[in-house]
Amino acid sequence: MSERYFIDNSRLIIEATARAGADVFIGYPITPANLLYLYASQRFPVVLPAPDEITTLQWMAGYAAAGKLPVTATSYPGLALMIESIGMSHMMELPMVIILAQRLGPATGTATGGATGDISLLHGINSGGYPIPTLCISDPRDAWELSAKAVHIADHLRCPVILLASKETVMTVQDVDPAVMTPIEPVRRRFYTGDAPYRPYEPESDGVPPLLPVGDTRHQVRITASTHDRSAALQHSTPEALANSRRLAEKVEKNVGDYTLFDWDDDAADTVVVAYDVTAAAAREAVALLRAGGRKASLFIPKTLFPVPPKYFEILGRYKKVVIAEENLQGQYREILFGKRGRDGVRGVTAVGRLITPEEIAAEVRS
Amino acid sequence: MNGKFLSTENLPFCKGCGHHIVSQNLEKALSSIAGLSPLDVIVVTDIGCIGIIDKQFTTHTVHGLHGRSVALAAGIAMATEDPKKKVIALLGDGGATIGLQHLMEAAQRNINMTVIVHNNMLYGMTGGQPSGLTPRGFKTPIMPDGKPNIGYDLCKVLHATGAPSVRRLLALGDFTADLAAALAVPGFSFVEAMEICPSYGVKFNPNRKLDDIAKEAGIEIGHWQGPAREPYRPATHDAPASLFATEKPIAARHKAPLKERYAVVLSGSAGEGVQSAAEFLAQAALSCGLHATKKGSYPVTVGVGFSTAEILLSPKPLHFTGISVPDAVIATSADGLGKVRGLIEKMTQGTVYLDASLEAPATKATVVKHDFRAPLGGRSAVLVALTMLLDRAGIMPTDSFLDILKDSSLGKKIDFAKLRQKGG
Ligand code: SF4
Repeated sequence: MSERYFIDNSRLIIEATARAGADVFIGYPITPANLLYLYASQRFPVVLPAPDEITTLQWMAGYAAAGKLPVTATSYPGLALMIESIGMSHMMELPMVIILAQRLGPATGTATGGATGDISLLHGINSGGYPIPTLCISDPRDAWELSAKAVHIADHLRCPVILLASKETVMTVQDVDPAVMTPIEPVRRRFYTGDAPYRPYEPESDGVPPLLPVGDTRHQVRITASTHDRSAALQHSTPEALANSRRLAEKVEKNVGDYTLFDWDDDAADTVVVAYDVTAAAAREAVALLRAGGRKASLFIPKTLFPVPPKYFEILGRYKKVVIAEENLQGQYREILFGKRGRDGVRGVTAVGRLITPEEIAAEVRS
Repeated sequence: MNGKFLSTENLPFCKGCGHHIVSQNLEKALSSIAGLSPLDVIVVTDIGCIGIIDKQFTTHTVHGLHGRSVALAAGIAMATEDPKKKVIALLGDGGATIGLQHLMEAAQRNINMTVIVHNNMLYGMTGGQPSGLTPRGFKTPIMPDGKPNIGYDLCKVLHATGAPSVRRLLALGDFTADLAAALAVPGFSFVEAMEICPSYGVKFNPNRKLDDIAKEAGIEIGHWQGPAREPYRPATHDAPASLFATEKPIAARHKAPLKERYAVVLSGSAGEGVQSAAEFLAQAALSCGLHATKKGSYPVTVGVGFSTAEILLSPKPLHFTGISVPDAVIATSADGLGKVRGLIEKMTQGTVYLDASLEAPATKATVVKHDFRAPLGGRSAVLVALTMLLDRAGIMPTDSFLDILKDSSLGKKIDFAKLRQKGG
């Protein structure tokens, strides 16, 4: 066997975001995201320790408005403080990546406990239902590829992107084949180059307006988080302004094909096991167990959690039985996919404060 | 007037609002700076009446959240390399109250920016509620008898925080020179412009003049200078090395007989090398071509109590990293045993390596007791126990572990003759 590293995914995540062209890391310490901050301090061209998470996001917004691509890493208590500013950055259309290492809640909960309990919160993170691209890692390959992808999406869609992980997926040390570290193309930031006065929210055909950093010497740049028209003038609720707000959702949803990322191991079975984050590992083993025992089962690991890619419904619609395993109280992603009532054949496996085992997923498939 | 930087005609404020006067003075102050063009200026506004002024400016404008304009402007200022650019945050006393820490952080770092707090002693936009800066006795709709406590003295706070230039003035008449002086400061400058809001301030405090209010509340008007400091520039690493520059991949140079997944739990006391011993074991496994995972757990105060590590080894790729019942447990101290007692009791097979000082829990596992702490002290007890485990378990050659140790920072410190104990 060739050479392998013995490393955690935090190292892969930071190296990949830096290679992809993210150039500023603003940090505020919180377990279990501290390794990300530590590695960033060694790897990023600029690293600033912020005095709190609200400042973190505001500084990031300032850097993004000035043409940089900032990154931070946090966990739920920090995210809670950031949310208003994430909404602001989304409305202002500022690119940035927020790495969220989930931990066991509620509230302060258990800092060193694992969980995937922030899914519902992320689904509704913006007032009004405007999705924020959210990519979830489940293994070292994801830690590498999705981290780079997050930076690219933030740049292309001109918006905040959440890179979702958890205590287990950022702190566990494991052997990693260097082959997962495929070449990463750095983002080539495209700024407005026209001669006509810059209209900050005039979209191109993909629904994304080109960015121009504040401080530009040729054009006036206006940025705002209040309801505004294409020129960034505040409006109460003119049709142009409301259309502009609607575009914030449309640009993220319309382009989801560019970042619909999942693993799908179809076994021509009537049952599919669905899991993300750390539970994806248990799901892989559950499916292997089932197959070894002669029971067919397919495996679906969503990586793009939000916006939910339409393709997921097409795939999951092929199965009579859908078993969704996740580490939160009620099965948050299952509720998002299938509603609180669910549908016939949709089953959940949930756990709080412990890992879901391959055996219990397999048992739910067999039941 | 259609100014070069800011049109003060049709300002969106109530008649008689102090914001008019501050805006007119700001236009004059900016125009007085030789060679300054509107595109050299970035105005960041807060929420509140003053925050709706953006459209009057011919400069760059950024309009964000309530109370956060100073932090947002600080981000822009830190990212802006040209020191001639002027980053200006405009906010009210409400924004300064909710965002006090942002002011202190910008002052303390001496970020190259100017903050103008329009202090009309209440929240105008929302109906005249008192802010942190409202002085004692000042009446507002929700406190018609007057505020019972004194207001924050922002100027003193920021002066004490190290701001090079802090001013408080009454927003009456022409104070262009004060604003121009603040804008000329290299680094952080702060202006608190005291005004009165006709809609709520005048209404609830009739016949009180601005200067009387300030005087009666003991609010000083003045300019406080701090020690001259270089404006803050974030440090940059121009060509940071890859995180893999120092990380060495491990080549398979041994062979391991292990056929199935094998779970080991190491548990000892904080500071006794449990986590690094676990890493050495896992690295040794990689050097045998095995797959490995490692998780650590310890109390939040990392220097006391237990330190426990879970290691999984397998000839096949590992996905699920949970351990319900381990194949082997090492406990080298009472703290360590306390953490894994329940696990040991659940074991129906496998081996428990227990320091001789410890009482064995009830278990069906084989218990090997040995004085692991004696040969090389408590800090190497786990290494001694692991060496014994590898000698006995037949999962992978002990030499693979010793090779990793020899190559590590401990290589020269450990007496390898004592490491390997016969026993059990
Ligand atoms: S409400 Fe008060 S602060 Fe606001 S514009 Fe009117 S007078 Fe000025």
